Order: sequence, then C-alpha cells, then structure tokens
Amino acid sequence: MNPSSSSTPRRSDGATRDSSNPRKNSNKPKYSRFTQQELPACKPILTPAWVITAYMLVAVVFIPIGLASLSASESVVEIVDRYDVECIPEHLRVDKVAYIRSSETKKTCTRSLSVPKHMKAPVYVYYQLDNFYQNHRRYVKSRSDKQLRYKSKEHDTSSCDPESTTSNGSPITPCGLIAWSLFNDTYKFSLAAKALDVNKKNIAWKSDKDHKFGRDVYPKNFQSGGLIGGGKLDASIPLSEQEDLIVWMRTAALPTFRKLYGKIEADLEPDDKLTVVIENNYNTYSFGGKKKLVLSTTSWIGGKNDFVGIAYLTIGGLCLFLAIGFAVLHLLCPRNLGDPSYLSWNRDAAARPTKL
Amino acid sequence: MAGERRWRRRPPPPPPASSSGGGAGGYSRVVHCNDAAAAAAGAARVVYRGNEVATTKYTVANFVPKSLFEQFRRAANVFFLAVACVSFSPLAPYRAVSILLPLVVVVGATMAKEAVEDWRRKQQDIEVNNRKVKVYNEANSFHETEWKRLRVGDVVKVEKDEFFPADLLLLSSSYEDGICYVETMNLDGETNLKRKQSLQITSSLTNDQSFQKFKALIKCEDPNDKLYSFIGTMYFNGVQYPLSPQQILLRDSKLRNTQYVYGIVIFTGHDTKVMQNAMDPPSKRSNVERRMDKIIYLLFTILVVIASIGSIFFGIKTKGEMSEGNYMWYLRPDKSSIFFDPRRAGLAAFCHFLTSLMLYGCLIPISLYISIEIVKVLQSTFINQDQKMYCEESDKPARARTSNLNEELGQVHTILSDKTGTLTCNSMEFVKCSIGGVAYGSGSTEAEKSYRKDKEINYFELKPLSSGFNGYERLVKGFNFYDDRLMNGQWVKEPHSETVQMFFRVLAICHTAIPVVESKSVSYEAESPDEAAFVTTARELGFEFFQRTQMSISLHEFDLKIGRKVIRTYKLLNILEFSSARKRMSVIVRTEEDELLLFCKGADGVIFEKLSKDGQVFEAETKCHINEYSEAGLRTLAVAYRKLTEEEYRIWNEEFLAAKSSVNADHDMIVDEAAEKIEKDLILLGATGVEDRLQKGVPECINKLAEAGIKIWILTGDKLETAVNIGFACHLLRKEMKNIVIKLDTPEISVLKDGDKEAIKMAINERIANQIREAQSQVSSSKGSSVSFALIIDGNSLAYALSSGLENSFLDLAVDCASVICCRISPKQKALVTRLVKRRTRKTTLAIGDGANDVGMLQEADIGVGISGVEGMQAVMSSDFAIAQFRFLERLLLVHGHWCYRRIAAMICYFFYKNLAFGFTLFWFEAHALFSAQPAYNDWYISFYNVAFTSLPVMALGVFDKDVSSAICLKFPSLHQDGIRNIFFSWPRILGWMLNGIITATIIYYFTTNAILDQAFRSDGRVAGSELLGATMYTCVVWAVNCQLALYLSYFTWIQHLLIWGSIFFWYIFLVIYGFFPPTISTTAYRVFLEACVSSPLYWLSSLFIVVAALLPYFSYLTFQTMFFPKYHHSIQRAKTGDS
Repeated sequence: MNPSSSSTPRRSDGATRDSSNPRKNSNKPKYSRFTQQELPACKPILTPAWVITAYMLVAVVFIPIGLASLSASESVVEIVDRYDVECIPEHLRVDKVAYIRSSETKKTCTRSLSVPKHMKAPVYVYYQLDNFYQNHRRYVKSRSDKQLRYKSKEHDTSSCDPESTTSNGSPITPCGLIAWSLFNDTYKFSLAAKALDVNKKNIAWKSDKDHKFGRDVYPKNFQSGGLIGGGKLDASIPLSEQEDLIVWMRTAALPTFRKLYGKIEADLEPDDKLTVVIENNYNTYSFGGKKKLVLSTTSWIGGKNDFVGIAYLTIGGLCLFLAIGFAVLHLLCPRNLGDPSYLSWNRDAAARPTKL
Repeated sequence: MAGERRWRRRPPPPPPASSSGGGAGGYSRVVHCNDAAAAAAGAARVVYRGNEVATTKYTVANFVPKSLFEQFRRAANVFFLAVACVSFSPLAPYRAVSILLPLVVVVGATMAKEAVEDWRRKQQDIEVNNRKVKVYNEANSFHETEWKRLRVGDVVKVEKDEFFPADLLLLSSSYEDGICYVETMNLDGETNLKRKQSLQITSSLTNDQSFQKFKALIKCEDPNDKLYSFIGTMYFNGVQYPLSPQQILLRDSKLRNTQYVYGIVIFTGHDTKVMQNAMDPPSKRSNVERRMDKIIYLLFTILVVIASIGSIFFGIKTKGEMSEGNYMWYLRPDKSSIFFDPRRAGLAAFCHFLTSLMLYGCLIPISLYISIEIVKVLQSTFINQDQKMYCEESDKPARARTSNLNEELGQVHTILSDKTGTLTCNSMEFVKCSIGGVAYGSGSTEAEKSYRKDKEINYFELKPLSSGFNGYERLVKGFNFYDDRLMNGQWVKEPHSETVQMFFRVLAICHTAIPVVESKSVSYEAESPDEAAFVTTARELGFEFFQRTQMSISLHEFDLKIGRKVIRTYKLLNILEFSSARKRMSVIVRTEEDELLLFCKGADGVIFEKLSKDGQVFEAETKCHINEYSEAGLRTLAVAYRKLTEEEYRIWNEEFLAAKSSVNADHDMIVDEAAEKIEKDLILLGATGVEDRLQKGVPECINKLAEAGIKIWILTGDKLETAVNIGFACHLLRKEMKNIVIKLDTPEISVLKDGDKEAIKMAINERIANQIREAQSQVSSSKGSSVSFALIIDGNSLAYALSSGLENSFLDLAVDCASVICCRISPKQKALVTRLVKRRTRKTTLAIGDGANDVGMLQEADIGVGISGVEGMQAVMSSDFAIAQFRFLERLLLVHGHWCYRRIAAMICYFFYKNLAFGFTLFWFEAHALFSAQPAYNDWYISFYNVAFTSLPVMALGVFDKDVSSAICLKFPSLHQDGIRNIFFSWPRILGWMLNGIITATIIYYFTTNAILDQAFRSDGRVAGSELLGATMYTCVVWAVNCQLALYLSYFTWIQHLLIWGSIFFWYIFLVIYGFFPPTISTTAYRVFLEACVSSPLYWLSSLFIVVAALLPYFSYLTFQTMFFPKYHHSIQRAKTGDS
C-alpha cells in the first residue's frame, strides 16, 4: 500500500505464493480491448440534427414509395359483385337456408357486370367469402397432410374428425372438414353472347401441387356420407390436379377472404357487358356469410389495395411534419447541448445531491 | 488459489449423528492416538468420517434428478413443464415438441453449466484426496499414503512447505521446544507466519522411532467452525493435559520454516474446521431481480387475463355456433369433440383456457433467467478483468464473488464503511508517545495537515495525501517517530529514564510477534500491524527483541547501570491474550533479577480503570495527551505495568490454569475472569499514538461518491476525536458543514452515575431524545439553504438511539445529514446499524470493510464489499465483491455499477417488451379466429422466437451496452442518481415498455392484415393465406424487436451489429431451410419464403413500412423526450458529442 516502505521483509511477495513460481503469474488482468470494454464503437446519439435527418430520411424514402404503390393500386381494375342474396328468387328469400338446402330449387342465376375500365389480360376471377372462419382451429386441424400426399397413407385420418371415415368405417379421401366444405359455386362468363374461357389451370401454388397433393392419390368416398358439405370431386382426377381443392385447402387467415377461381385470358374493354352464369350451390346462408364474385387485374404490387400506399404516405407525411416541427422548434429556441440548467433535477432543487 | 475455492463451497452435509454425540457444541469426541486396537474397539461405538472430502454438489447417480429438481424450483420453469405435459394432450394448440424445445434448451443449458462446474470441483477433490502424506503404521515406520486414507488417531509426519492433511494435534517438531510455524493463507488469507507450539510433554518425540510406545487419548470438542478456538484434554501416561489452539494445526494451512512436525489426526475430512467453515458466498438478491419477479407475476396475470378473455368469448361464440342464422355447418358443431362442443360450452371454454395458457406461454420469458445469469457472469468477468481496479502493490484484482448483485452497485444509496484498513492502510506507524506525562514525537499527522489545509485552500485543489510529503525520509516501516530526546540512546538523560525504560520494555515484551532474524537485522511477524509498529519502535530505540522461545523472550537492551547493550532474557510465564472484548493484553514475566512483572497495554479507558492509587501519578497529563493524539487522528493505547509477589502469582496461576483446562462452553469467559484478577493495581507508564495512514486516493474517492449523491457513514471502533479527524482527513467532514454531535459523557450524566440503573437509563434516554430533537429542528430549519450537516454519534449513545423507540427519529435525522460518523461501535452494532438503515431508507446499502469485525455488517448490507488488505480474508470471504483498495469503490460503483444497472434494467424491460410484442400478435389473430386458440404462426416459429431470433441481441445489450464511457461516468458522478432513483427500472418505465410491446403488436397485426390480405398478394393473382400472413407478420416482429433494440442501444461495436443483424438474417435463413423440410414437418412453412415471399414486392414493401410504423411511437417519444425533456444521461451524452 505504501510504496515508500519496503525495508521490512513482510512476506508480501514470492513467499506467499507457491515457492516454485515466485512472482511469475501476476494476477494483473491481461489487457485486451474486449475485456476492458474499449472495443471501437459508434455511439449514435439523438442530437437534433440526427433526429431531423432521420425523420427527413424516412419521409424522403416513404413518400415516393407511397405514391408509387398508390398509383400501382389505382391502376388495378376491380369488379366486385355480391350475389348471395340477389341470386335467390325474391319469393324464396324469406328462408334462404331452406332454399339452398333444397335439392329442388333452381340454383342457377345470371348476373351481368359492366367493365368500368380497360382490363388487361389476365383478368383474375376470385370468389370472396365473408364471415367464414377458415382459421378456426378445429377447421384448420381437420386435414391429413400425409393422406393427401401419399397413397399408402390412405388410412391416416385420425386428425380429420368428424369427417374422417364414412359410416361404415372406410376412410374418406381427402378427409377432414376443409375438404368436406369445399366451395362449389361455379361461374360461367360470356361477353356479348360469346363464352369467355376461364382458365382454371395453374391457380394453385406449385409447391402444393408438386409436394403436398399426391399424383397417385384419388378422391375416395368423398361427400358420400349422410351430410353433404360442399363440392364434390371427380374421383378419376388425382388430387394434384384438383386445383380448386388445393386452393381451398390453403386456409385463409381471416374470416373474410378471397380465393382464386381462375383466369380470363382476354382483355376486357370499358363498358363491356359481362354475363355471368352462377351455380349458386354453396351455403353461406346458415351462418350469415356473404358471397362475392371478384374480377381483378394485378399490377406489380398485386391486387387493388390502397392501404399500403396510404400508409406509406401517412408515415412519410408524419415524419416530414415531425422533421419540420423539430427543425422549427430547434431554430426558434436553440438549446445549448448538455446545458445543465435543463436537467430535470436542476429544476427540482431539493433533489439535487449535496452541493460540495 | 485452491484454498479460496474450497471456501466457496456449500455447507458440508450435516455430520452423521454418531459423530456429534453430544450434539452441536458438545465435547464428546474421543481420539485414540496411535492405537488401532483401541480405535477399533471405539469404532464399535463411534465411527468418525474418513479424510476423503467431496465438495461436489451432485454425484453421477443423482445429477439428473437433483439438478432437475433445482431447475424446477423456479416458477417459470414449472409453468413450462406443466404446459409441456399438457401439450401432449389434444388441448395443445400446436405440436408438443415445439413447446418442449425451448424448455429443453433452457433447462439443458443450465444443467450443462451445473455439470461443468461440478466436474471442475470433482477434479479438484480428486487431486486433494490423492495427495500423499506420511503415516505411522503397524510396522512401526512412516510410509506414504493418500490423504483420503487417513483415520482419526493416526500419527502423521508433515514436512516443510506441505499442507496439513487434516486438523492435527501438534506433538513435536524439528525444533527442540516443539514449536513450528504455519501459514494460514488458505484459511483466512493472512500471510504472516503463526507460531504453534506443542505440549512440552510430547515435544521430545522427535524421531520416527519414538512413536512405538506412544499411546494417548484425547477428549475434545466436536467438529465446529471456530478457526481460532479449540478445547480439549490429552490423557497421557495417566496425566491430564489441557490443549489449546496453540497445538492445533489446521487442514489447508501450510508448514513453514520448520523441517517437519509430527501430529495426531483429530478431525478428518468434513469434520475439519476449514471444511466446517466452507460455505457458499452469501446469497443475496438484487432489488432489480426482486422487482423482476413481480413483473413475471404481472405477466402471469396478463396471461391469465388474456386466456380468460379468450375463453369467455370462445364460450359465447361456441354456444352460438348452433344458433339459427349463425350455424357454422363447416365446423360440424353437431359432431364436435368436447373441446368445441356448443352444447357444453362451459366445459369447452375451460379447455380453451388451458389451451390459451399454452398458446400465450411465450408471454412468459422462459429464457429470461438463463439469459440474465449468463449476462451477469459476463459482467462479473468484466469487473474481474478491469485493469483499473487492479492493485499493483498487493497484486490483487477486483473480484466479483457473486454475480447476483452487479446492477445493485449502480443503485447504492448509502455506504457504510469501516475505517481501519478500509479508509486507512492499516499499516501502523508509531508517531507519538507520552511517557511519564511528557509528550514525545514531533511528526505531524495527515489529519492535522488536512485540517490546516482545509482552512486555507479549497479542498478541490488538494494534492493526493498519500506518502512522502513530510520532510523526513521514512526508512523503517511502522516507525515515523522523531524526537531527539529519545533517539540514539538519548532517553537515558531524560528525567524519568526508568519510566522510559519500562515503557519500551513493555512495548518490546508485551506482544505476540515473532522475530525473523535475517543476517544482522531483525524483522517481525505480528498478528496486528499495531504490534509490529510497537516492536519496531522498541527496536529502533534500543530495545531490540530478537528471540522468542516458548518460555522466554530475549532482548538486546541498554543497561542503565552498566551503560552498554546487554542481552536480557525474560522468562515468559503467562500471556493473557488480546481480545476485542478485553481490549487489552498482558504478559507476566520473570526478569533476570527474579522480579515478577506484569506488562499490560490496552485501550486507555480500560487501563485507567485498573490503575492503582499510586499508579495514577501521570494520569491527568497522559489523558490530556491521549486526547491530543486522538484529535490528531492517532490510535492510542495506554501502557502500564505492575510488580507481583511470588505468593500472589502462585495463587493466581493455579486458578488461571484451572480455568484454562476447563472443558466447557463458558471456557473463554472463565479464562477472561481469571485473567482479570491479576490485571489490577497497575502503574501507568504512558500512552502511544500510532497513525494509520489514509489509503491512496481515499479523499478523492469520497468526494466523488458524495458528488454522486451517495451518503457515506463511517462506522468505527475508534474514539470520537480520532474518527472526526479521519473524517476531516478524508473529506467526509468539511469546514463548512455543521457538525451535530450526539454523545453521552456530558456532565449531567456523570452526576447520575450513582443513581439506580433504571433512573440512569431513563435519564440517558431522555437526553439522547432531546439531542436528536434539537438536531432535527436545526436540520429542518436550514432546509433549502446550502448548509449540510454531519452527524457524529458514539457507540453508547447509538445503543440508546437505536433502541427504545428512538430509532426512527434517529434514522430520519441521519438520513438528512450528508455524512454520518458512528464511533466506538461494536461489530454487532455495525450490523444493527446496517440493518436499520437498510430497513428505514428502503434504499440500497453497501457495506465495506476489511476485518473479521465487519463480517456481520457485510452480510447484513445489500452489498458487502470486502477489502482484501492486511487484516486477513475473513471480510472478503463473506463479501460479495472484493477490492484491494477503497479508491476502487469509485470505479466499481460509478462505472461498473452504472453500466450493469442500466444494462440489466434495459435488458429486462426489453425482454418483456419483445415477449409482449410477440404474444399480442398471437392474441389479435386468435381474436379474429373466433378465439379458437389457433396460432398465427407455424409451430416452430413460435418455439424459435425466444431461443433463436431474439435471444442473442438482448444479451449484447446486457453485456456490452454503454451509454457513456467510463471517463464520463467518473467525470459526472451525478449519473449515479439515475440508479438511486431507479429511473431505468421504475414501474412507469417497465409498464411503458410493456405498453410499447402491445402497441408494436397491434400495429404489426392490423397493418399486416390490411396490407396483404384479401387482394392478390402478387402480380400472378395468388392471394395470401394464413401461412403468408404468419410469415409476413413474423418477419415484421423479428425486424421490429431487433430494430427496437438497435434504437435503444447507445453503443455499437461489431458484436452488436453481428448479433442484431445476424439474428434478423438468421430468420430468413431459417425460413429457407425450414421450407425445404418435407411438408409433413414444415406444414404451412413449406417453401413459403422462396416460392411466395421473395418474388412479392408487397411482402417487402409491407415489412418495411410496418417495421417503421411499429418503431415510430417509441422513436418519436424518445426524440421528444431528449429534445424537450432530456434526462441527465441524455444531456451528458449530447454534451460529449458536442465537445468532440
């Protein structure tokens, strides 16, 4: 402790340690920038200039993106037609459920749509359901990935309850609630009495077709139980080719959703009158769901949705506003950086530590 | 240091009932020495444990169950275990294995850590157990055997520089008189040699052959942890000999300066004193951690609330499934299992509740505990590795002995400091003395100088008051005495030369130091630095103590009659040792003239009470000098002697011996009482004044700590005057402060002395209460002004102030004062004061001390800091942090404390933030899925969230983040206020972070669903299903929480960059790799990234604006705050960039 006193041979060195290695291994910590916490670093600090720059940067980046997305979204032409009510003859609308359940009633209905703007091919055809909980856990789980993929796993239906087997115990392929409730409305388009082809190929994800649904798995015992859910499947076509089913079985995230029905591979001109013949089979009346037919083109951003563009513009605008606000405030009352008189506790004198 | 390691262990398992016989503290142990037959006979009754030690926590067999048990004592882990169990049932919202994985990772990591630690212990045990020692066997010779084979009663031979294998009774040594020297570094850290001495009767057993016929029986105390006491009796040849600690060689101490010793094994293995002493470092929990527990409970509450809300809604919705107009035929409610049965909606709701607990399990940060543990260990490493807390002189770095309390260092509100050895060097220097009423010694002390300087210049400009400031070149350590009247033999000419002679004789003889003769010079090994100073002084003034045997002490001294130096030998009859209770020590010697003398030195108060009528000649002058010395900051002792008659001594000696050989619990008291009977009618010789220099840097350090707003209390055993002067010397007291002194020896009370005890008590109580009240009114009247107060109170008054209902008003007063000095205080009171301060202020207290008397205080305080100085390691052993010098406290608190506090607080807050941000996206999704507990994400996304994508960056925050550099921490000590006020871990801040998490989750959920849903996701017309929503949302969450961390961090090295951006990048890598797993494993994540996301501009655009939007609330709050309502640390950070 006292460097000047060294005359007494107090055993403060070698002798205290093992006499074999006197003083060799000093306990002094070795120096490295890491252990001394002195690694080179950048220390971002919220100076006014930095803050204003950051906000400006966001604004500068976001506003153009917003405008671009908005214009992309605007360029998309979309026709939405709700037909669930309209397609029921007026006198039967009192009890819609009875209408849809009845095998006697005529389900075909014809709708006419007018094209507001030029629609460049391909025009995508969607059906949109509402209040349909494809994300319900019971529903989502009610499928058998193995059965869909492998012929040999036909009996792997344990997760498919209550639509796993027929009443006599033979397995249903494809099993489960999702497949059972397959959407089965159909649309036939014609333009000026000329039928428009709807291309239903290549509407599902490729990976689904190739790897989730087997090429050698065919529908079996499907919709043969007491209660028929939704659409039926052609038992001669393998599952990997049943694109409607594949699309349906990618469950939607929210109760309102669109699913791809097909593509019209022809341009539609403004004021074209499209006639749609709808087979209105699917029961959304029991749970008060809506059905809509959607025709839409796409742009680079996808379908028509102004939200992204507006969000970009809003955030960009907000940041611009904040940047300007901060800049003005900073110019009006410039503050000395690190001025201690602004410190919270200097305003609160009592809390100040004892003045030395 | 192997020894230190051994100290840190858990307490040994309780001894088997057979070995404790009479219970703890009994005296039932019987040792048959060198007598295998008798031992075998005895073995039928009592079996003592072997010498093998096992310090491991686990064995191979019990490792798994025991460590698992340890793990599942944590509430969070139990919760996850329960969840994991339930997850195998159909209740589970996702696959069981993905619920199990995080638990397995966390528990596995912790168990691996335990296993490695235990393996190291095992290795050390094996090494220790297989050390070799020579044991006497039936073949009548010594042969080598392993330590673990030693049995109680064996005779062993230990050679120079070997460790003792067990607690031994010293029989004889290579020295004729049976003395030997031991070093007890591993036990108490003391590096000086200690002298041990065998019984005279056994000291003749000096060669291997002499043990053929040696048989003895020892009865002694049962194993206990008292290192400095031993009570026992040896029965040898039909005679009873009392044993004392003098004959005990403790395991783990080392034989020095002695060729060999013979000893009998008394305590083996876990019965040895060092093993009995072994214990874990005290387990303390920090404030932050205690609050963290509360937050975890809060999270549990949130979890239960969310789950309940979900269940209620689920119940209602489920019931409605069958109703008219809302018949969800596609769910087949008519054929649903009980978990969804609309007809039994209540039951379904309950099952849903359990499922939700699993779904939202990610709200409970399972990896928090292990992350914090790892972070704290790394922080401790930084403390240990800090070169600026390494003491060159003693070659000791700082040691964080526990890593639990790192962040507590940044919140210290009150420091309770010992004085001697803590503020001072504890290397005593003899400065002044008063002999026969005449004061000698012309040097001046630090306190005097500082006091003088204080008047003239501002204390800020004070130069370090370390060493070498006085004109003399000090050549001899411990000696700083200059007086021509005494030096160079001039004392002979003094009027009281006989008194002077006797005075220095007392100094030269009345001690327990050991001379170390090297060539011509003599140096001393003393147990206390005071003694070393005394003996050195005596030597310098011509009373050179150069030899000590068991029976005698020899001096070179000047003979007044002959007029030259002669050798005088004093027969040493008794040593009445020093203890803090007795506050004195005496020796009884027989001079060459056959005179019987008792030499005594001790605290002045004690000695003055024991003076004879004619011994008080110089009392008044001496008292006066003692007061002067105290005021000058010196430690004083009074020196006295008396002559004994043969008769008187003989009678007393018998009584004393009887007391000494008594074997029972009151042993010490009986011996003290016996000793007291001869220490009376003393003749006063004078007094000594010894200076204990302040350690380097203490005043500066105290200044800084005071600037930081830390209150400093000094708790010392010194006299009031000494304490006050040290207070001035180290700037704890300053001229402009008002001193409030509360003490007892005011005249009224001395008058009362004759009254009855109750009345005295009442009167004293009343007086103290009055003093406190006066002081309080004084303090409160000057509130708001810049006057600060110092409170000085002595031990007696403190005893009253802390009892009888005064403690609250006293503590309030003390808290209002800037500095407090408690003097004349006992170790127990130190602990008591600490506890009361802790309880009253409800703030963090730190106790710092260096000696055994500080142990209570260190353990009582929230943080105990031990100074690994001269007074042994006992304080360090019971401390949480060990530093070599007081001045390192500044860096420990202001730098490491500040950093660790900020880091841990931020880390915990962030942990809750990220878990809520994640958990609430799940909640929002579930709310839109009819509360059916459908997770928004793929199973493995969920289980990897805490383990992979967000775990490492938060550790980078906990380990590396620095808001300001160490230089700035020291330059602006008031940064420490942040910790004291706990602003980084206040409830508003914690709840703010939680709210931020919820806001982030809400923004992410709603923006994602609005941005990517319904319409085509890509230009090829395909739409996003739940799998794309999950992937996009998860991408946003990972980005947002990691960027949030990046926004928070104020210190970016390549490590932070690597961990943060690496974690985000890893998410994409994970998504790609996971996407290549067969669809039966990856399910919804199958090729989702490569096929769907990469080529979708919407995916990238959405993640960009959603992440920015999620960060914007925090960022704008932060910018508003720093621009318009900056906190102190903001300003300092900014000030620094302004400069540079």
